[in-house]
Amino acid sequence: MGLKRKILELHKKREAVLKGGGDKAIEKQAAMGKLTARERIISLLDPDSFHEYDLFVEHEARDFNMDKKILHGDGVIIGTGTIYGAPVCIFAQDFTVAGGSLGMMHARKITKIMDHSLKLKVPLIGINDSGGARIQEGVNSLAGYGEIFFRNTLSSGVIPQISVILGPCAGGAVYSPALTDFVFVVDKISKMFITGPEVIKTVLGEEISMEDLGGAKVHSEITGNAHFYAKSEAECFEQIKKLVSFIPWNNIKKAKAFEPKEPKSEYKVSEIVPGDPRQPYDVRDVIKGIVDDSDFFEIQENWAANIVIGFGRMNGETIGFVANQPLVLAGVLDVDSSDKAARFIRFCDAFNIPIITLVDLPGYLPGVDQEHMGVIRHGAKVLYAYSEATVSKITVILRKAYGGGYIAMASRHLRADFVFAWPTAEIAVMGPEGAANIIFRKEIMEAEDPDKMRKQKVKEYKEKFANPYVAAARGYVDSVIEPEETRKLILHAIDVSDSKSVFLPQKKHGIPPF
Amino acid sequence: MKKNDCEGKKKRCRSLLIEGTKYKTYLNKKYENRKFWKKKDEKKIFTFIPGTVVKLYVKKGQLVKKGEPLLLLEAMKMRNIITSPAEGKIRKLKVKEGGKLKKDHLMAELE
Repeated sequence: MGLKRKILELHKKREAVLKGGGDKAIEKQAAMGKLTARERIISLLDPDSFHEYDLFVEHEARDFNMDKKILHGDGVIIGTGTIYGAPVCIFAQDFTVAGGSLGMMHARKITKIMDHSLKLKVPLIGINDSGGARIQEGVNSLAGYGEIFFRNTLSSGVIPQISVILGPCAGGAVYSPALTDFVFVVDKISKMFITGPEVIKTVLGEEISMEDLGGAKVHSEITGNAHFYAKSEAECFEQIKKLVSFIPWNNIKKAKAFEPKEPKSEYKVSEIVPGDPRQPYDVRDVIKGIVDDSDFFEIQENWAANIVIGFGRMNGETIGFVANQPLVLAGVLDVDSSDKAARFIRFCDAFNIPIITLVDLPGYLPGVDQEHMGVIRHGAKVLYAYSEATVSKITVILRKAYGGGYIAMASRHLRADFVFAWPTAEIAVMGPEGAANIIFRKEIMEAEDPDKMRKQKVKEYKEKFANPYVAAARGYVDSVIEPEETRKLILHAIDVSDSKSVFLPQKKHGIPPF
Repeated sequence: MKKNDCEGKKKRCRSLLIEGTKYKTYLNKKYENRKFWKKKDEKKIFTFIPGTVVKLYVKKGQLVKKGEPLLLLEAMKMRNIITSPAEGKIRKLKVKEGGKLKKDHLMAELE
């Protein structure tokens, strides 16, 4: 056989496998409004950058007549490619092949590319679209999941891991995305749950649709399992590309720097925040008034909106933002917002991204439900994450910073490197109304006109303590600054802390209040 | 001062009281749908899971001790012995052998 014929044979073999589950299955996939695994990889990666591995892998299952079945690529596509020139490892489950079910060789392909990404120190992207374990392969399939989870954990904090849910992802399979850093979902396509609607109906008698149980909206608004929500696969891929542009390849490198740009003139930080601490505003406008080109990339926009997290650039470099949002629940810390902030802080810290914290909160959300859901241990995560973080921590107190909330939001006491406060800042144990009621209880009670006395005492307290100068007098605040100076001073802070190094006590690992 | 969307027609800000101060802000769905806490009535015994009554050990009007088995409830392929949370006379008994019960169904009430 000559070389030409051998090459022809290769072409033929490739052609057969590239069709995945065949024309009919591909049609079915399209009818569900979904792209095929291959189309997804092509749309996400830079043109012509995809290099596929393990195209000719075959399964080894022998039971249940499986030996007679051909499953092209064993239902998953793996390889390397680039996004805006940044290298990534990628796998995409192919629903057209046996419903994307995970058998032993399927899992081995995934773990191969995972090992590769950890070795090459490049981000891993996993596109999930699978019916779950391949039941015919029994415990080998379970072993496969376990091997994936183990690698997710091993890679955590070394390389960024991104999960894209573009189909069903149910049962044990959901735990791989849950272990990764960012989860993307698409309206009507993504479905994630541990036990499906059928089981819930038989066991508990509760009737619920897949969409209401674990659809894209549920995970981006109620559970917080998803970080990014898109209306279409195309929009989702744009979001992934944008995220990849903000994060570094691994925990040794810094994120790629861009051309520095001034914020847009329509976002004037001095005109956004009302002086009265009881009045709301959108803190995202303040962030947009600080970051390059007013380009703020928000994460988990629709979940726990009382805290805002996301990336922006300053002087071209990636910065992580954590900000209380007075527009929602007055910006309080609660169970969900604590979880949201803490995890993001740890991501930034692991990947050398400086953290800017904008503070304006009245404290923690009161309520039996919060207490019983464990706001103590959830709230503790924020303290832990900030204290542990060794990247540059820059704090700007915009307005109120009361009580435990003040301490938690990257205060000096948790080793913030720079603490700025606007003249509107109120750093105190609690709001003037609450404090006056306690401190002057006797005077108020005994006064002829208790209401008048209360008002007077609140006023007195406000004048004396509702300002940044008491904290500044102790050095808890480094400088009281004008809102217009914020960007300039943050840029300075980033510049001078570039070579920051701190030594933490040696340990195997800490024990955060998970 | 920049107008925020608090004055929007679609959604209005509400006030949230925290330590004596009223803040103007949006509330979120989770907050609005939160369950109000009520003290548990020890004399009322509810199902905590849907299931089938396999066996009934007591009758209406019977005096039971704390921890005494009341009935056997099969749920999730497990047979759960439901015991009395307190001592007392059974005032109401709203279950039958073989009956299927939903979650939060009042099974019995003590006097």
